Amino acid sequence: MVGGIILNSKSTVEIITEWDIVVARQLGRNEAKIIGFGTVEQARITTAISELARNIYLYASAGEIVIERIEEVEKYGIRITAIDKGPGIDNVRKVMEDGYSTSGGLGAGLPGVKRLMDGMEIQTTVGKGTIIKIEKWI
Amino acid sequence: MKELQIQYKKILADYLKNQTERNLYIGQNFIRQLIQKKVTPEEVISIHKHAVEQIYPDITSEILNSFDFLIEIMVHFGLTVQEHQSLLVQQEELRIEMNVATKIQSMLLKTAIPKVNELDIGMVSIPIRKMNGDYVHFLNDEQHYVSVAVTDVVGKGVPAALCMSMVKYGLDTLEYANNNPSYVLEVLNRIIEKSVDDSMFVSMFYGTYDIKGNIFTYGSAGHEPAIYYNSRDQKFYDLESRGLLLGVMSEVKYRQYKIHLEENDFILMITDGVTDFRKQGDLDPRNVIKELALNYINLSAQEMCERMYAYLKDLTDFNLEDDFTVVIFKK
Ligand SMILES: Nc1ncnc2c1ncn2[C@@H]1O[C@H](COP(=O)(O)OP(=O)(O)O)[C@@H](O)[C@H]1O
Ligand SMILES: [Mg+2]
Repeated sequence: MVGGIILNSKSTVEIITEWDIVVARQLGRNEAKIIGFGTVEQARITTAISELARNIYLYASAGEIVIERIEEVEKYGIRITAIDKGPGIDNVRKVMEDGYSTSGGLGAGLPGVKRLMDGMEIQTTVGKGTIIKIEKWI
Repeated sequence: MKELQIQYKKILADYLKNQTERNLYIGQNFIRQLIQKKVTPEEVISIHKHAVEQIYPDITSEILNSFDFLIEIMVHFGLTVQEHQSLLVQQEELRIEMNVATKIQSMLLKTAIPKVNELDIGMVSIPIRKMNGDYVHFLNDEQHYVSVAVTDVVGKGVPAALCMSMVKYGLDTLEYANNNPSYVLEVLNRIIEKSVDDSMFVSMFYGTYDIKGNIFTYGSAGHEPAIYYNSRDQKFYDLESRGLLLGVMSEVKYRQYKIHLEENDFILMITDGVTDFRKQGDLDPRNVIKELALNYINLSAQEMCERMYAYLKDLTDFNLEDDFTVVIFKK
Protein backbone atom coordinates (compact mmCIF):
# COMPACT_ATOMS: atom_id res chain seq x y z
CA MET A 1 0.00 0.00 0.00
CA VAL A 2 2.74 2.43 0.94
CA GLY A 3 5.52 2.46 -1.63
CA GLY A 4 7.02 4.55 -4.37
CA ILE A 5 10.32 6.04 -5.32
CA ILE A 6 11.56 9.00 -3.39
CA LEU A 7 12.36 11.96 -5.60
CA ASN A 8 13.42 14.86 -3.50
CA SER A 9 15.19 14.94 -0.20
CA LYS A 10 13.00 14.87 2.85
CA SER A 11 12.12 17.71 5.15
CA THR A 12 11.86 16.99 8.84
CA VAL A 13 10.13 18.92 11.61
CA GLU A 14 10.85 18.15 15.24
CA ILE A 15 7.68 18.09 17.34
CA ILE A 16 8.37 19.29 20.85
CA THR A 17 6.09 22.23 21.55
CA GLU A 18 2.53 22.77 20.37
CA TRP A 19 3.75 25.42 17.89
CA ASP A 20 5.84 22.79 16.10
CA ILE A 21 2.51 21.31 14.98
CA VAL A 22 1.92 24.56 13.09
CA VAL A 23 5.40 24.37 11.50
CA ALA A 24 4.70 20.82 10.31
CA ARG A 25 1.34 21.88 8.91
CA GLN A 26 2.93 24.78 7.03
CA LEU A 27 5.65 22.61 5.54
CA GLY A 28 3.12 19.97 4.50
CA ARG A 29 0.82 22.49 2.88
CA ASN A 30 3.65 24.11 0.93
CA GLU A 31 4.87 20.76 -0.29
CA ALA A 32 1.33 19.66 -1.25
CA LYS A 33 0.85 22.90 -3.18
CA ILE A 34 4.12 22.47 -5.05
CA ILE A 35 3.27 18.88 -5.94
CA GLY A 36 0.04 20.17 -7.41
CA PHE A 37 -2.73 19.27 -4.95
CA GLY A 38 -5.84 21.47 -5.07
CA THR A 39 -7.08 23.59 -2.16
CA VAL A 40 -9.36 20.90 -0.74
CA GLU A 41 -6.65 18.24 -0.91
CA GLN A 42 -4.14 20.62 0.66
CA ALA A 43 -6.55 21.18 3.52
CA ARG A 44 -7.00 17.42 3.98
CA ILE A 45 -3.30 16.63 3.92
CA THR A 46 -2.64 19.43 6.38
CA THR A 47 -5.36 18.18 8.69
CA ALA A 48 -3.87 14.67 8.62
CA ILE A 49 -0.40 16.06 9.45
CA SER A 50 -1.95 18.10 12.23
CA GLU A 51 -3.59 15.03 13.80
CA LEU A 52 -0.38 12.98 13.70
CA ALA A 53 1.76 15.82 15.06
CA ARG A 54 -0.76 16.47 17.77
CA ASN A 55 -0.69 12.82 18.82
CA ILE A 56 3.10 12.99 19.10
CA TYR A 57 2.84 16.17 21.16
CA LEU A 58 0.11 14.74 23.42
CA TYR A 59 1.12 11.10 23.87
CA ALA A 60 4.82 10.79 23.05
CA SER A 61 5.92 14.27 24.16
CA ALA A 62 8.55 14.38 21.38
CA GLY A 63 9.13 13.05 17.89
CA GLU A 64 9.33 14.16 14.30
CA ILE A 65 7.29 14.58 11.16
CA VAL A 66 9.02 13.77 7.86
CA ILE A 67 7.49 15.07 4.65
CA GLU A 68 8.57 13.88 1.20
CA ARG A 69 7.43 13.81 -2.40
CA ILE A 70 6.84 10.43 -3.96
CA GLU A 71 6.56 9.36 -7.57
CA GLU A 72 5.47 6.25 -9.36
CA VAL A 73 4.77 5.53 -13.00
CA GLU A 74 2.79 8.59 -14.11
CA LYS A 75 1.71 9.59 -10.65
CA TYR A 76 2.88 11.94 -7.96
CA GLY A 77 2.10 12.14 -4.35
CA ILE A 78 3.11 13.05 -0.84
CA ARG A 79 4.20 10.88 2.04
CA ILE A 80 4.22 11.91 5.67
CA THR A 81 5.95 9.84 8.32
CA ALA A 82 5.34 10.51 12.01
CA ILE A 83 8.04 9.00 14.21
CA ASP A 84 8.25 8.97 17.98
CA LYS A 85 9.86 6.99 20.77
CA GLY A 86 6.84 7.33 23.01
CA PRO A 87 4.79 4.69 24.82
CA GLY A 88 3.48 3.05 21.63
CA ILE A 89 -0.14 2.17 20.94
CA ASP A 90 -1.46 -0.78 22.87
CA ASN A 91 -4.37 -1.82 20.68
CA VAL A 92 -4.06 -0.50 17.14
CA ARG A 93 -7.17 -2.23 15.90
CA LYS A 94 -9.25 -0.59 18.61
CA VAL A 95 -7.73 2.82 17.94
CA MET A 96 -8.71 2.51 14.27
CA GLU A 97 -12.36 1.96 15.15
CA ASP A 98 -14.78 4.81 14.62
CA GLY A 99 -15.98 6.43 17.80
CA TYR A 100 -12.98 5.29 19.87
CA SER A 101 -10.81 8.42 19.98
CA THR A 102 -11.16 10.79 22.91
CA SER A 103 -12.64 13.24 20.45
CA GLY A 104 -15.27 10.50 20.02
CA GLY A 105 -17.90 11.27 17.42
CA LEU A 106 -16.07 14.34 16.12
CA GLY A 107 -14.63 12.41 13.21
CA ALA A 108 -10.98 13.24 13.75
CA GLY A 109 -8.32 10.99 15.24
CA LEU A 110 -6.53 8.17 13.44
CA PRO A 111 -9.60 6.79 11.60
CA GLY A 112 -10.08 10.34 10.26
CA VAL A 113 -6.44 10.47 9.14
CA LYS A 114 -6.98 7.25 7.23
CA ARG A 115 -10.03 8.70 5.49
CA LEU A 116 -8.19 11.85 4.49
CA MET A 117 -5.36 9.93 2.84
CA ASP A 118 -5.00 7.12 0.28
CA GLY A 119 -2.78 4.88 2.37
CA MET A 120 -1.82 4.44 5.99
CA GLU A 121 0.57 2.13 7.80
CA ILE A 122 1.13 1.92 11.54
CA GLN A 123 4.15 0.28 13.17
CA THR A 124 4.12 0.48 16.91
CA THR A 125 5.70 -1.30 19.84
CA VAL A 126 4.53 -0.73 23.37
CA GLY A 127 7.31 0.95 25.33
CA LYS A 128 9.38 1.63 22.19
CA GLY A 129 7.48 4.04 20.01
CA THR A 130 5.32 4.54 16.98
CA ILE A 131 5.87 5.11 13.27
CA ILE A 132 2.88 6.11 11.17
CA LYS A 133 3.23 6.50 7.40
CA ILE A 134 0.51 8.09 5.32
CA GLU A 135 0.41 8.99 1.67
CA LYS A 136 -1.81 10.59 -0.88
CA TRP A 137 -1.67 10.61 -4.66
CA ILE A 138 -2.83 13.28 -7.02
CA MET B 1 -16.65 16.32 -10.50
CA LYS B 2 -16.27 18.58 -13.57
CA GLU B 3 -19.86 17.84 -14.55
CA LEU B 4 -21.14 18.64 -11.03
CA GLN B 5 -19.10 21.84 -11.06
CA ILE B 6 -20.80 23.00 -14.26
CA GLN B 7 -24.28 22.11 -13.01
CA TYR B 8 -23.69 23.85 -9.70
CA LYS B 9 -22.45 27.00 -11.40
CA LYS B 10 -25.61 27.14 -13.51
CA ILE B 11 -27.93 26.62 -10.54
CA LEU B 12 -26.09 29.24 -8.51
CA ALA B 13 -26.06 31.74 -11.40
CA ASP B 14 -29.84 31.28 -11.84
CA TYR B 15 -30.37 31.96 -8.18
CA LEU B 16 -28.11 35.02 -8.10
CA LYS B 17 -30.08 36.46 -11.05
CA ASN B 18 -33.42 35.57 -9.52
CA GLN B 19 -33.82 34.78 -5.82
CA THR B 20 -36.90 32.63 -6.22
CA GLU B 21 -38.12 29.71 -4.15
CA ARG B 22 -38.01 27.62 -7.29
CA ASN B 23 -34.28 28.13 -7.69
CA LEU B 24 -33.69 27.29 -4.05
CA TYR B 25 -35.69 24.12 -4.48
CA ILE B 26 -33.55 23.15 -7.47
CA GLY B 27 -30.48 23.78 -5.33
CA GLN B 28 -31.72 21.43 -2.64
CA ASN B 29 -32.44 18.69 -5.13
CA PHE B 30 -28.93 19.11 -6.48
CA ILE B 31 -27.32 18.77 -3.05
CA ARG B 32 -29.10 15.46 -2.66
CA GLN B 33 -27.20 14.20 -5.68
CA LEU B 34 -23.95 15.40 -4.14
CA ILE B 35 -24.66 13.60 -0.89
CA GLN B 36 -25.42 10.42 -2.79
CA LYS B 37 -22.12 10.70 -4.60
CA LYS B 38 -20.44 11.12 -1.21
CA VAL B 39 -19.18 14.60 -2.02
CA THR B 40 -17.89 16.00 1.27
CA PRO B 41 -18.82 19.40 2.75
CA GLU B 42 -15.35 20.85 2.06
CA GLU B 43 -15.68 19.82 -1.57
CA VAL B 44 -19.07 21.53 -1.78
CA ILE B 45 -17.48 24.76 -0.57
CA SER B 46 -14.71 24.38 -3.08
CA ILE B 47 -17.29 23.89 -5.84
CA HIS B 48 -19.05 27.01 -4.61
CA LYS B 49 -15.83 28.99 -4.56
CA HIS B 50 -15.01 28.11 -8.17
CA ALA B 51 -18.55 28.89 -9.29
CA VAL B 52 -18.45 32.32 -7.63
CA GLU B 53 -15.05 32.96 -9.19
CA GLN B 54 -16.45 32.25 -12.64
CA ILE B 55 -19.65 34.23 -12.20
CA TYR B 56 -17.82 37.25 -10.75
CA PRO B 57 -14.34 37.35 -12.34
CA ASP B 58 -13.61 40.63 -10.52
CA ILE B 59 -14.30 39.29 -7.05
CA THR B 60 -11.82 40.46 -4.41
CA SER B 61 -9.21 38.03 -3.20
CA GLU B 62 -10.37 38.64 0.41
CA ILE B 63 -13.70 37.02 -0.35
CA LEU B 64 -12.01 34.11 -2.13
CA ASN B 65 -9.64 33.66 0.81
CA SER B 66 -12.62 33.45 3.10
CA PHE B 67 -13.74 30.39 1.15
CA ASP B 68 -10.34 28.78 1.61
CA PHE B 69 -10.71 29.39 5.32
CA LEU B 70 -14.13 27.73 5.25
CA ILE B 71 -12.74 24.74 3.31
CA GLU B 72 -10.06 24.27 5.95
CA ILE B 73 -12.61 24.36 8.73
CA MET B 74 -15.08 22.10 7.01
CA VAL B 75 -12.55 19.26 6.65
CA HIS B 76 -13.41 18.18 10.18
CA PHE B 77 -17.09 18.50 9.48
CA GLY B 78 -16.63 16.22 6.48
CA LEU B 79 -14.85 13.67 8.64
CA THR B 80 -17.71 13.72 11.11
CA VAL B 81 -20.18 13.06 8.33
CA GLN B 82 -18.11 10.13 7.06
CA GLU B 83 -17.75 8.71 10.54
CA HIS B 84 -21.50 8.84 11.00
CA GLN B 85 -22.06 7.15 7.67
CA SER B 86 -19.73 4.33 8.59
CA LEU B 87 -21.37 3.99 12.02
CA LEU B 88 -24.75 3.72 10.30
CA VAL B 89 -23.47 0.86 8.19
CA GLN B 90 -22.16 -0.84 11.31
CA GLN B 91 -25.49 -0.31 13.03
CA GLU B 92 -27.30 -1.97 10.16
CA GLU B 93 -24.92 -4.93 10.38
CA LEU B 94 -25.62 -5.22 14.08
CA ARG B 95 -29.35 -5.09 13.46
CA ILE B 96 -29.11 -7.96 11.01
CA GLU B 97 -26.96 -9.99 13.41
CA MET B 98 -29.47 -9.28 16.14
CA ASN B 99 -32.32 -10.62 14.04
CA VAL B 100 -30.40 -13.80 13.34
CA ALA B 101 -29.58 -14.16 17.05
CA THR B 102 -33.25 -13.69 17.92
CA LYS B 103 -34.23 -16.45 15.52
CA ILE B 104 -31.60 -18.76 16.95
CA GLN B 105 -32.71 -17.98 20.49
CA SER B 106 -36.33 -18.74 19.83
CA MET B 107 -35.33 -21.95 18.07
CA LEU B 108 -33.11 -23.03 20.96
CA LEU B 109 -35.64 -22.19 23.60
CA LYS B 110 -38.68 -23.61 21.91
CA THR B 111 -40.70 -25.62 24.43
CA ALA B 112 -43.44 -28.08 23.73
CA ILE B 113 -46.12 -28.50 26.36
CA PRO B 114 -46.07 -32.15 27.46
CA LYS B 115 -49.23 -34.24 27.10
CA VAL B 116 -50.01 -36.02 30.36
CA ASN B 117 -53.20 -37.98 30.97
CA GLU B 118 -53.92 -36.99 34.54
CA LEU B 119 -52.81 -33.38 34.36
CA ASP B 120 -53.97 -30.47 32.23
CA ILE B 121 -51.07 -28.17 31.35
CA GLY B 122 -51.24 -24.74 29.73
CA MET B 123 -48.66 -22.09 28.92
CA VAL B 124 -48.37 -18.64 27.39
CA SER B 125 -45.03 -16.83 27.15
CA ILE B 126 -44.89 -13.57 25.22
CA PRO B 127 -41.77 -11.41 24.95
CA ILE B 128 -42.13 -7.65 25.18
CA ARG B 129 -39.18 -7.05 22.82
CA LYS B 130 -37.42 -9.28 20.36
CA MET B 131 -35.65 -11.45 22.88
CA ASN B 132 -37.67 -13.16 25.57
CA GLY B 133 -36.32 -12.70 29.12
CA ASP B 134 -38.68 -15.42 30.38
CA TYR B 135 -38.17 -19.08 29.73
CA VAL B 136 -40.29 -22.13 30.47
CA HIS B 137 -38.70 -25.58 30.43
CA PHE B 138 -40.68 -28.83 30.73
CA LEU B 139 -39.40 -32.30 31.49
CA ASN B 140 -41.53 -35.40 31.26
CA ASP B 141 -40.67 -38.96 32.37
CA GLU B 142 -42.93 -41.50 30.72
CA GLN B 143 -46.09 -40.60 32.60
CA HIS B 144 -44.45 -40.74 36.04
CA TYR B 145 -43.27 -37.22 36.55
CA VAL B 146 -43.66 -33.94 34.79
CA SER B 147 -41.68 -30.95 35.91
CA VAL B 148 -41.49 -27.32 34.94
CA ALA B 149 -39.00 -24.51 35.39
CA VAL B 150 -40.34 -20.97 35.02
CA THR B 151 -37.44 -18.56 34.68
CA ASP B 152 -36.98 -14.83 34.50
CA VAL B 153 -33.57 -13.37 33.73
CA VAL B 154 -33.02 -10.06 35.51
CA GLY B 155 -31.38 -7.97 32.83
CA LYS B 156 -32.17 -7.30 29.21
CA GLY B 157 -30.91 -7.82 25.72
CA VAL B 158 -28.10 -9.98 24.48
CA PRO B 159 -26.44 -10.75 27.86
CA ALA B 160 -29.79 -11.90 29.23
CA ALA B 161 -30.35 -14.06 26.16
CA LEU B 162 -26.95 -15.72 26.51
CA CYS B 163 -27.60 -16.33 30.19
CA MET B 164 -30.91 -17.89 29.26
CA SER B 165 -29.24 -20.39 26.94
CA MET B 166 -27.03 -21.40 29.84
CA VAL B 167 -30.05 -21.98 32.05
CA LYS B 168 -31.54 -24.13 29.32
CA TYR B 169 -28.42 -26.28 28.97
CA GLY B 170 -28.10 -26.53 32.73
CA LEU B 171 -31.64 -27.87 32.89
CA ASP B 172 -30.98 -30.19 29.94
CA THR B 173 -28.06 -31.82 31.73
CA LEU B 174 -30.30 -32.62 34.71
CA GLU B 175 -32.15 -34.88 32.33
CA TYR B 176 -34.72 -36.51 34.61
CA ALA B 177 -38.08 -35.09 35.62
CA ASN B 178 -38.03 -36.66 39.08
CA ASN B 179 -35.15 -34.55 40.39
CA ASN B 180 -35.93 -32.68 43.58
CA PRO B 181 -36.55 -28.95 43.15
CA SER B 182 -33.97 -28.12 45.83
CA TYR B 183 -31.35 -30.19 43.99
CA VAL B 184 -32.16 -28.59 40.65
CA LEU B 185 -32.03 -25.06 42.06
CA GLU B 186 -28.75 -25.74 43.86
CA VAL B 187 -27.08 -27.13 40.74
CA LEU B 188 -28.27 -24.26 38.55
CA ASN B 189 -27.23 -21.73 41.15
CA ARG B 190 -23.72 -23.11 41.11
CA ILE B 191 -23.52 -23.04 37.29
CA ILE B 192 -24.81 -19.50 37.02
CA GLU B 193 -22.77 -18.17 39.92
CA LYS B 194 -19.57 -19.47 38.35
CA SER B 195 -20.10 -18.47 34.77
CA VAL B 196 -22.12 -15.30 34.62
CA ASP B 197 -20.95 -11.83 35.57
CA ASP B 198 -22.15 -10.29 38.79
CA SER B 199 -24.78 -8.07 37.29
CA MET B 200 -26.80 -11.00 36.01
CA PHE B 201 -29.37 -12.84 38.12
CA VAL B 202 -32.01 -15.38 37.38
CA SER B 203 -35.19 -16.08 39.27
CA MET B 204 -36.70 -19.52 38.95
CA PHE B 205 -39.72 -21.40 40.15
CA TYR B 206 -39.25 -25.15 39.84
CA GLY B 207 -42.03 -27.71 40.34
CA THR B 208 -42.22 -31.47 39.90
CA TYR B 209 -45.51 -33.30 39.70
CA ASP B 210 -45.74 -36.95 40.66
CA ILE B 211 -48.48 -38.13 38.32
CA LYS B 212 -49.44 -41.31 40.22
CA GLY B 213 -49.26 -39.78 43.69
CA ASN B 214 -50.73 -36.39 42.71
CA ILE B 215 -47.99 -34.65 44.65
CA PHE B 216 -46.61 -31.32 43.49
CA THR B 217 -43.18 -30.52 44.93
CA TYR B 218 -41.80 -27.05 44.40
CA GLY B 219 -39.03 -24.65 45.30
CA SER B 220 -38.23 -21.12 44.30
CA ALA B 221 -35.18 -18.95 43.79
CA GLY B 222 -36.35 -15.39 44.26
CA HIS B 223 -39.24 -15.93 41.88
CA GLU B 224 -42.69 -14.35 41.91
CA PRO B 225 -44.71 -16.70 44.19
CA ALA B 226 -46.88 -19.20 42.35
CA ILE B 227 -50.59 -19.35 43.18
CA TYR B 228 -52.27 -22.53 44.35
CA TYR B 229 -56.03 -22.95 44.21
CA ASN B 230 -57.57 -25.47 46.55
CA SER B 231 -61.02 -26.22 45.21
CA ARG B 232 -62.29 -28.01 48.31
CA ASP B 233 -61.59 -24.92 50.49
CA GLN B 234 -62.36 -22.65 47.50
CA LYS B 235 -59.27 -20.72 48.52
CA PHE B 236 -56.07 -19.40 47.03
CA TYR B 237 -52.65 -19.84 48.62
CA ASP B 238 -49.47 -18.03 47.69
CA LEU B 239 -46.61 -20.45 47.34
CA GLU B 240 -44.07 -18.26 49.09
CA SER B 241 -40.55 -19.50 49.32
CA ARG B 242 -37.66 -17.31 50.31
CA GLY B 243 -34.90 -18.74 48.14
CA LEU B 244 -32.18 -16.40 46.96
CA LEU B 245 -31.99 -15.51 43.24
CA LEU B 246 -29.76 -17.85 41.24
CA GLY B 247 -26.23 -16.59 40.66
CA VAL B 248 -25.88 -14.29 43.67
CA MET B 249 -23.84 -16.56 45.92
CA SER B 250 -22.40 -20.03 45.61
CA GLU B 251 -23.54 -22.90 47.86
CA VAL B 252 -27.02 -21.62 48.58
CA LYS B 253 -29.53 -24.14 49.95
CA TYR B 254 -33.07 -24.13 48.62
CA ARG B 255 -36.05 -25.53 50.51
CA GLN B 256 -38.79 -27.50 48.85
CA TYR B 257 -42.43 -27.98 49.75
CA LYS B 258 -45.16 -30.47 48.84
CA ILE B 259 -48.82 -30.06 47.97
CA HIS B 260 -51.33 -32.80 47.32
CA LEU B 261 -53.45 -31.87 44.30
CA GLU B 262 -57.13 -32.82 44.26
CA GLU B 263 -59.67 -32.69 41.45
CA ASN B 264 -60.05 -29.09 40.09
CA ASP B 265 -57.08 -27.80 42.05
CA PHE B 266 -54.61 -25.81 40.03
CA ILE B 267 -51.22 -24.18 40.27
CA LEU B 268 -50.61 -20.93 38.49
CA MET B 269 -46.96 -20.12 37.87
CA ILE B 270 -46.16 -16.64 36.60
CA THR B 271 -43.31 -14.22 36.04
CA ASP B 272 -43.38 -10.70 37.46
CA GLY B 273 -44.36 -9.40 34.00
CA VAL B 274 -47.83 -10.72 34.78
CA THR B 275 -48.25 -8.69 37.97
CA ASP B 276 -46.64 -5.62 36.50
CA PHE B 277 -49.71 -3.50 35.80
CA ARG B 278 -49.24 -1.13 38.73
CA LYS B 279 -50.62 1.96 37.08
CA GLN B 280 -54.17 0.60 37.38
CA GLY B 281 -54.69 2.45 40.68
CA ASP B 282 -55.26 0.37 43.80
CA LEU B 283 -55.96 -2.96 42.13
CA ASP B 284 -53.80 -5.65 43.69
CA PRO B 285 -52.42 -7.44 40.62
CA ARG B 286 -52.28 -10.82 42.32
CA ASN B 287 -55.94 -10.56 43.34
CA VAL B 288 -56.90 -9.60 39.80
CA ILE B 289 -55.11 -12.68 38.53
CA LYS B 290 -56.78 -14.94 41.07
CA GLU B 291 -60.23 -13.63 40.18
CA LEU B 292 -59.50 -14.07 36.50
CA ALA B 293 -58.36 -17.63 36.98
CA LEU B 294 -61.57 -18.42 38.88
CA ASN B 295 -63.68 -16.96 36.07
CA TYR B 296 -62.02 -19.27 33.60
CA ILE B 297 -61.80 -22.34 35.81
CA ASN B 298 -64.06 -24.40 33.57
CA LEU B 299 -61.84 -23.91 30.55
CA SER B 300 -58.77 -25.96 29.68
CA ALA B 301 -55.47 -24.91 31.23
CA GLN B 302 -54.26 -23.61 27.87
CA GLU B 303 -57.41 -21.56 27.31
CA MET B 304 -57.14 -20.18 30.84
CA CYS B 305 -53.63 -18.92 30.07
CA GLU B 306 -54.69 -17.40 26.78
CA ARG B 307 -57.74 -15.67 28.23
CA MET B 308 -55.69 -14.25 31.07
CA TYR B 309 -53.15 -12.85 28.66
CA ALA B 310 -55.86 -11.35 26.47
CA TYR B 311 -57.62 -9.79 29.46
CA LEU B 312 -54.46 -8.28 30.97
CA LYS B 313 -53.29 -6.97 27.63
CA ASP B 314 -56.65 -5.25 27.31
CA LEU B 315 -56.55 -3.92 30.87
CA THR B 316 -53.18 -2.27 30.24
CA ASP B 317 -54.21 -0.91 26.83
CA PHE B 318 -51.72 -3.23 25.17
CA ASN B 319 -48.94 -1.71 27.20
CA LEU B 320 -47.61 -4.68 29.12
CA GLU B 321 -44.23 -3.55 30.33
CA ASP B 322 -42.40 -6.84 30.68
CA ASP B 323 -42.17 -10.32 29.22
CA PHE B 324 -45.34 -12.17 30.15
CA THR B 325 -45.42 -15.82 31.16
CA VAL B 326 -48.18 -17.94 32.71
CA VAL B 327 -48.05 -21.70 33.22
CA ILE B 328 -50.97 -23.65 34.67
CA PHE B 329 -50.98 -27.19 36.08
CA LYS B 330 -54.57 -28.19 36.57
CA LYS B 331 -55.84 -31.45 38.06
N1 LIG C 1 1.96 8.56 18.78
C1 LIG C 1 1.24 7.93 19.74
N2 LIG C 1 1.88 7.34 20.79
C2 LIG C 1 1.17 6.70 21.74
N3 LIG C 1 -0.18 6.61 21.75
C3 LIG C 1 -0.86 7.17 20.74
C4 LIG C 1 -0.20 7.85 19.69
N4 LIG C 1 -1.14 8.29 18.82
C5 LIG C 1 -2.32 7.91 19.31
N5 LIG C 1 -2.17 7.23 20.47
C6 LIG C 1 -3.22 6.61 21.28
O1 LIG C 1 -4.32 6.33 20.45
C7 LIG C 1 -5.49 6.97 20.92
C8 LIG C 1 -6.33 7.44 19.78
O2 LIG C 1 -5.73 8.48 19.07
P1 LIG C 1 -6.56 9.37 18.10
O3 LIG C 1 -7.28 8.47 17.15
O4 LIG C 1 -5.68 10.42 17.53
O5 LIG C 1 -7.68 10.03 19.03
P2 LIG C 1 -7.46 11.02 20.28
O6 LIG C 1 -6.12 11.65 20.15
O7 LIG C 1 -8.60 12.01 20.12
O8 LIG C 1 -7.62 10.17 21.49
C9 LIG C 1 -5.00 8.10 21.80
O9 LIG C 1 -5.93 8.41 22.83
C10 LIG C 1 -3.71 7.52 22.37
O10 LIG C 1 -4.00 6.73 23.49
MG1 LIG D 1 -5.41 12.44 18.31
